[in-house]
Amino acid sequence: MRISVSLFLLAVASTAAFAEAPADFLNAYAQEAKQQNPGYKGPSPQQGQRFFTSLHGHEWSCSSCHTSNPVTAGRHEVTNKVIEPLAPSANAARFTRQAKVDKWFKRNCNDVLGRACSAEEKADVMAYLLSVK
Amino acid sequence: MKKSLMLLSGCLLAAALPAHADGKRYDVRNPAYQAECASCHVAYPPQLLSAASWREVMNGLDKHFGSDASLEPAVHAEILRYLEANAGRRDTRAAGKPQLRITETRWFVHEHSEELPRDIWKHPAVKSAANCAACHTAADKGDFSESSLKLPKGVRK
Repeated sequence: MRISVSLFLLAVASTAAFAEAPADFLNAYAQEAKQQNPGYKGPSPQQGQRFFTSLHGHEWSCSSCHTSNPVTAGRHEVTNKVIEPLAPSANAARFTRQAKVDKWFKRNCNDVLGRACSAEEKADVMAYLLSVK
Repeated sequence: MKKSLMLLSGCLLAAALPAHADGKRYDVRNPAYQAECASCHVAYPPQLLSAASWREVMNGLDKHFGSDASLEPAVHAEILRYLEANAGRRDTRAAGKPQLRITETRWFVHEHSEELPRDIWKHPAVKSAANCAACHTAADKGDFSESSLKLPKGVRK
């Protein structure tokens, strides 16, 4: 009994240790951007919004699927499938798991820009998404 | 004796039939498949393509119908195993090559050839033949039965 309780507590503790908060991603990307460019001025929600709603030489922008108002649900541009809101203020599950965040930035930056996003771009997008209520 | 044997084999046959024995219901409840694939589109029933077709689809996930759908190796292997284990027995090849789109298979074309407005796939509420749920309202649960079938508003036969 005691063992199972402590195992349970251990499991809870380890889950908590792996879960991230949206602001953690903002901070981590900003820190990475600073390391890459000592003159970096910090994340900008305005720049993030511009980045989010602009085309980058390909067919889609972030807002094609996530809409230009990311507190609302979007739809997949091709399949029309509903995509739950991306802004953490509207969807508490967003940006809480490193692996998931890494996976989607990798996929979606490839789709929208044809390359990986820079730390600076990700920091700006995070700042924008955290600013919308 | 003969009768009971027949009964027994009948039961065995029924038990061996896959979940879609009633025609249009499939089991799509694999958690990895749901989490990874069904975030962008309906969890297409694995039975609708052959194992060879699924292998080909899974081999090209970095360029998945114009989108990067790449997966971590462990998740990739898990989903491929699920798809292969539940793949359809129908041969889904065209010109000797495994087909990648369910909507291009002979079966799909045949199933959707009658009683449909010609421009249905282009209708704003449908957008694409890949959007099963536009008409198959319980497609996300693998339910493609007639009872859950409903044309979107504004689409007329």
